[in-house]
Amino acid sequence: MEVNIRDDNHIKIVAVTGEVDLYSSPKLRTELLETTKAKHKAILVDLHQVSYMDSSGIATLVEALQQVKKYGGKLKIANLQGAVRDVFELSRLDKVFDIYSSLEEAKPTFG
Amino acid sequence: MDEVEIKLPSNPKLSKIVRCGVSHICELSGFPEDEKNAVVRAVDEAFSNIITHTYNGKKNKSIVVILRALEDRLEVRLRDLGDKVDPNEITPRDLDDIRPGGLGVHLIRSSMDEVHYNRSLKVGNELILEKYLPGKR
Repeated sequence: MEVNIRDDNHIKIVAVTGEVDLYSSPKLRTELLETTKAKHKAILVDLHQVSYMDSSGIATLVEALQQVKKYGGKLKIANLQGAVRDVFELSRLDKVFDIYSSLEEAKPTFG
Repeated sequence: MDEVEIKLPSNPKLSKIVRCGVSHICELSGFPEDEKNAVVRAVDEAFSNIITHTYNGKKNKSIVVILRALEDRLEVRLRDLGDKVDPNEITPRDLDDIRPGGLGVHLIRSSMDEVHYNRSLKVGNELILEKYLPGKR
């Protein structure tokens, strides 16, 4: 699993690639927590290239969302699909996160 | 098909081996894509739970995953040599309680048709997961 973070205007795009499981999720957690510790107001997690995510991966996203809300920031998700979307829906987290079908759809919503 | 047994240490970096094996057996059994994903998800979560909760994160303990493609269903058994668990104490958490962690049990139970423990073992635990083939339940 790889995590690539880039700036797109004022938005921090966190692009994840590969499979997020018990082995790789700590790396994603570290990357996300660095972003929230820096108090970035707009974080967009791109899951286009994620083929699998388990509950530990979900947990990292939930934790990051909770951290972001503490300082009034926003964390959103784009390109949720396939088995990864299934996990979000089973966990009812599709009702908790703002989820968009593309980066282009998500970006304007950060204001 | 005979049993397929995967024996490996409780190291998270090896969980993909289990996922790939389960995925292939599901394909051979004729599960559609969404049900194959469900089985892979459940077995992976169960594998992770053994590592995290039964073995407290230790990476050098033994886990055995046994796959049996039966006429009407796939049976997956996960065996460990850890302390006995009390199945009555394994409950999914409230999904309305939004917090990191604690989703594994819910994902397992919502992905499989049958989930139960073999209580006859003298040492360790054996979790049994079953998924019926389409139209066989």
